[in-house]
Amino acid sequence: MSFISSLRPGGRHGLSSRETRDAIGLAVAAVNRLAQSELIDRVGLRKQAEQVVYTTTRNGFRVATVAGRTFARGGRRTAGARPASAPSRGVFDLTPTDDEQMLLEVVRELAAEVLRPAASAADEACAPPAEVLAAGQDVGLPVLGVPEQLGGILEERSAMAGALVAEALAHGDMGLAVAALAPGAVATAIGLWGTDAQQQTYLPAFTGAGSDALVAALAVAEPRVLFDPFEPATTARRDGDGFVLDGVKSAVVRGADAELFVVTATLDGTPALFIVESGADGLEVEADPSMGVRAAGLSRLHLTGVRVGADALLGDTDGTAHAECVRLSRLAWCALAVGTAQAVLDYVLPYVNEREAFGEPISHRQSVAFMVADMAIEVQAMRLLTWRAASRAARGEDVAREVGLARQLCAEKGMRIGLDGVQLLGGHGFVKEHPVERWYRDLRAVGVMEGAVLL
Amino acid sequence: MINLETPRKHATLVDQAHQLAMNMLRPISRKYDRAEHAYPKELDMLAALIDGVSETGATSGAGAGGVRRDSSADDGTVRNGTNLASVLSVAEMCWGDTALLLSMPRQGLGNSAIASVADEEQLERWKGTWAAMAITEPGTGSDSANITTTAVKDGDDYVINGEKIYVTSGGRADSVVVWATLDKDLGRAAIKSFLVRKDNPGLKVERLEHKLGIRASDTAAITFTDCRVPAEDLLGSPEIDTKSGFAGAMATFDNTRPLVAAMAVGCARASLDLTRDLLEQAGVVIDYDRPAQSQSAAAATFLRLEADWEGARLLMMQAAWMADNRKPNSLEASMAKAKAGRVGSDVTLSCVQLCGTLGYSESELLEKWARDSKILDIFEGTQQIQQLIVARRVLGLTSSELR
Repeated sequence: MSFISSLRPGGRHGLSSRETRDAIGLAVAAVNRLAQSELIDRVGLRKQAEQVVYTTTRNGFRVATVAGRTFARGGRRTAGARPASAPSRGVFDLTPTDDEQMLLEVVRELAAEVLRPAASAADEACAPPAEVLAAGQDVGLPVLGVPEQLGGILEERSAMAGALVAEALAHGDMGLAVAALAPGAVATAIGLWGTDAQQQTYLPAFTGAGSDALVAALAVAEPRVLFDPFEPATTARRDGDGFVLDGVKSAVVRGADAELFVVTATLDGTPALFIVESGADGLEVEADPSMGVRAAGLSRLHLTGVRVGADALLGDTDGTAHAECVRLSRLAWCALAVGTAQAVLDYVLPYVNEREAFGEPISHRQSVAFMVADMAIEVQAMRLLTWRAASRAARGEDVAREVGLARQLCAEKGMRIGLDGVQLLGGHGFVKEHPVERWYRDLRAVGVMEGAVLL
Repeated sequence: MINLETPRKHATLVDQAHQLAMNMLRPISRKYDRAEHAYPKELDMLAALIDGVSETGATSGAGAGGVRRDSSADDGTVRNGTNLASVLSVAEMCWGDTALLLSMPRQGLGNSAIASVADEEQLERWKGTWAAMAITEPGTGSDSANITTTAVKDGDDYVINGEKIYVTSGGRADSVVVWATLDKDLGRAAIKSFLVRKDNPGLKVERLEHKLGIRASDTAAITFTDCRVPAEDLLGSPEIDTKSGFAGAMATFDNTRPLVAAMAVGCARASLDLTRDLLEQAGVVIDYDRPAQSQSAAAATFLRLEADWEGARLLMMQAAWMADNRKPNSLEASMAKAKAGRVGSDVTLSCVQLCGTLGYSESELLEKWARDSKILDIFEGTQQIQQLIVARRVLGLTSSELR
């Protein structure tokens, strides 16, 4: 960096590139540079705070991805097994099936008794505790979207069950829900679009227990303004028999632990999905702690000339599988938003009934009560849009419009509910003694995120 | 099994209602908006048509009449019945024209009240009547427990005295369901409804209102002066049960609020459909996949409106589905009405904005829909009344705690 450009303030510290410094500004900047120097720490002028490894990596420190496990190759390069579409009775109905109901009871208990109590510490640590992941594995979360004959749970396409499960988990905690659901996103993708060989090679690893459980991440987002997942800047170039991938992915769940990635990249002008095993040359991961969803250990994945084989392509090259992947991922974020928004409402209800001001519960005032009413109305609208899209996906029907509308509503109203949740608690909402500030940060993710989870 | 599509069973009904709306209501929509208070004579033909279809049972109770909960045995299967059929067909008809739907002979709100609370004998006796609904008074709007119109028992009759306003179809209907109190001191429990024939000498239509929207629908002010009605024309029980209180009278609203939500959903969709077409002609394509912020501002606005509208529509279907399956739905009915009411205004007004002076001009119907939609956030319980009901229910508060 030249001396002159180091005098320009823009492009760093959240400053627009149009900012300029005058003489006083330059002097203040110089003093600040000195204040940040390690010299004053060495002579004991300031107590050095301990920093966990994760936060030191936020200054652009990259590490190679974990040494990959060796997957036992098998199967043929023909189309893999596909989950059957759910049948349609043509009857409007809001009742989950008995199977879904049973699954929901288990997951609700998991959310209330395991996820919620662990949420605050996991948010702080930017990582999910092993017990939470193990509990999710026990319930079978990673293989929820995998066909039964390949080791999954349900006989039919499970997008609806998946939406109910994601909603229930996010009622416990969104960050931990994302961490627990992330491997399942990759498993579901391979179940939906994989060849027989890809399914035989990778899917058995998802059923492993304990430390043997496969950590996997679906990497779609990129750290750019106006990012459009249908035009990824990450590229795939044909090279001999295989492909070479270049680009940067963000919102990669537990990138430092992941052994398997599904990455979106533009191939011949059209977006496509690629399976990338960790440990590949040119694959680096960088911690990317964000506003919320911190328990998911969000990371960036740098791909620099990463070579993958011809069998790394997941699905087609005409963009169909990719489009479906983006939609089903957004749908999962909608379901998460519904769960967290419901958590806000459930938390606020007793609070406003108990909190007194001017001699009576604040819920007795219309300005408070109407905010609560609107929360209840909008969270139900969010749920119905999400359910409609999920049930269509389960029946194998087109979901482009339904997912687009659900995402729009869940992003807007979900954030509103998070905002009002903090507001209704006043100053108490702003401190970490109550979970509403975390939900506020988490709910901002819904309109921003691409990838990571998938139904 | 979760499924939020239009029921297969009702697909034909929805198609028929759409064709009726397109081919009978739209062609006369502007005509009767301009000719306020002129009777839309075309509707007599349409009403006869609907009656004919209803007789066959093929419509599952299309229109604003059929909101009665059937009492057949509950065999545990999920029903898509009269209530869903009604909201779906009302939404289609209001896509055609809200005011004309409200003017439909023999489909008045009073008919909804009769269908909801009349006994078998009354149902038979009043078959074929066109009943308007008279609740609001000059000094009493949303606080309908506070009405001052009185009904005094005198021999085998009740004698009604008072003034009612905002009676939809009050000029054209042949009877009026009027709310009156048997004893003002006993509060809401003493409020009863009576069916009064329009030829009753004690009933007088004083005037018809000039309105912002739904101008094709007549809105009457009616006075009752020593108006005698036979005791058997009281709807429901004549007993004053202070425990159940207002519940009986208010139960009607659980059935009619989803219908008003349906009107807002239908009216707003008319605006969305036309605006989308006009935008596309101007080269703006709505893309559900691309992030809204990467599309034009008009497309992004449209996506926001359509998402809100879809929320209103599904809440409306939920409330009707619950009624069909005999689940208590007063919370969901109010949620649907609150959401649909405000979305109706937002959508229709935003569509005028998106289309500029084209939308503002009488050359299109967008400005009309933006006027028609406003009443839907007011009658059958304003936005604020719905919020009160929803808030009380979710917070577990009484009407004296949350006033």
